[in-house]
Amino acid sequence: MSSERALPVRDRHPAHDQAGLDHVQITKVAKRYGNERALVGVSLALAGRSMCALLGHNGAGKTTLLGILSTLVRPTAGQVAYHANGKQVTGEAVRREIGLLAHSSLCYGELTARENLVLFAGLYSVDGSAAAVEAVLDRVGLEPRARDRASRTYSRGMLQRLSLARALLTRPSLLLLDEPFTGLDRGGAIALGAELGALRDSGAIVVVVTHDLEAIADRTDHVAILRRGQLVFEDRGAYDYERLKDLYHRHAN
Amino acid sequence: MSLLRQAARIAWKDLRIELRSREIVYTMAFFGALLVVVYSFVFPSNPELVRLAVPGMLWVALAFAGTIGLGRAFDRERENDTMRALLLAPVPRLAVFLGKASAIAVLVLAVAVVVTPMLALLLGADLFDNPGPLALALVLGALGFSVVGSVFSAALIKVRSRDVLLPVILYPLLIPLFVAGTSVTAALLADPVNLDKAWYWMGFLGIYDAAFLVVSVWIFESMVIE
Repeated sequence: MSSERALPVRDRHPAHDQAGLDHVQITKVAKRYGNERALVGVSLALAGRSMCALLGHNGAGKTTLLGILSTLVRPTAGQVAYHANGKQVTGEAVRREIGLLAHSSLCYGELTARENLVLFAGLYSVDGSAAAVEAVLDRVGLEPRARDRASRTYSRGMLQRLSLARALLTRPSLLLLDEPFTGLDRGGAIALGAELGALRDSGAIVVVVTHDLEAIADRTDHVAILRRGQLVFEDRGAYDYERLKDLYHRHAN
Repeated sequence: MSLLRQAARIAWKDLRIELRSREIVYTMAFFGALLVVVYSFVFPSNPELVRLAVPGMLWVALAFAGTIGLGRAFDRERENDTMRALLLAPVPRLAVFLGKASAIAVLVLAVAVVVTPMLALLLGADLFDNPGPLALALVLGALGFSVVGSVFSAALIKVRSRDVLLPVILYPLLIPLFVAGTSVTAALLADPVNLDKAWYWMGFLGIYDAAFLVVSVWIFESMVIE
């Protein structure tokens, strides 16, 4: 992962003359899967230039909340409002601003890294030129010799880098990351943490679901802890590793 | 225009992957060809019987081979959750639907290109006496099949028993298409050829395609978002 500063999210591609999201308001969001309650009345405000660590045990509802934030999961109750420059935005205008790094790579295994990025650049109407694609692949540290290989041949760590490249290529102002450090070596995890910090500083809203508290310590400035679908703790401030660990053990259990 | 361009981008992505792997089209074509070979052994070589049975053989072969292709095409989107990536992209969801359906229609037509001459050859059916109307019927049939099939394949993408459920849901909805397709083919094989009847059922195929395109476009988004 390159340590070069993140591209500013406000530097929009001419194809979308749209300001980035600067505020997301989640209000009393609930989600049920049959009789199973995944989320219960969660309210949370996400602001630009911040990194929110969404913590909790397995099954706490973190991935469901990310799914709802990404617009791919419809809440059973409640709503999510996305704002840019004080105006509420919806539909494609919201999706254009979202970068998602999920458990799966969201990339086509039969296509190479370059082909995957060119495809998504086209779908997002952003610069998919060879230079732009190389730049983002350099930024995530995907080896040059792997870039023309089908991505199904990649290791977990390489896939994670490609997945991150796909999410960053579109210069999202709302970056949703579900366990982004999985499969990365220690150096890669630290570099990714730095990259996320740089993205936050450039104005983006970064939401990270992770169990790797060390990787996000000293970078996150907003912590939300879910337990059995409920938001049991939320606070803003500076968090070192010890404080994050303490908060996690006190509230997630 | 942007809608069609994005739909074409998604369709071309599918076809490009298929051109590289040739996995789906080979499986579909081989299965379709195998069905024709089985037909040639199990049906008596009576010219009158062949004339009556070949229309059904052709459309059943396309339906079965097409179902294999549908399942596999959407399995690909499931493997790395790429369907979510497509639905997250800032393109109209209609473009995602049209892109997937167009690629499947091309694959079904590729199977038709293999199965139709084989039926003519192995069963001695005069399928190429009126190639224009038959080609049009196959194109309309492939479009209808892929439109209806894409909606339900996308909706079942996360269902474990989707391979069993897909034909159970799909075939009852496709019965009017099969009736129209076999009727066009039968009219073209009749002695003498009944072009009036062929065009009547061709019109029905067109209406079926248009009606299901409208319904599918309307329900696609609600069926794919969790």
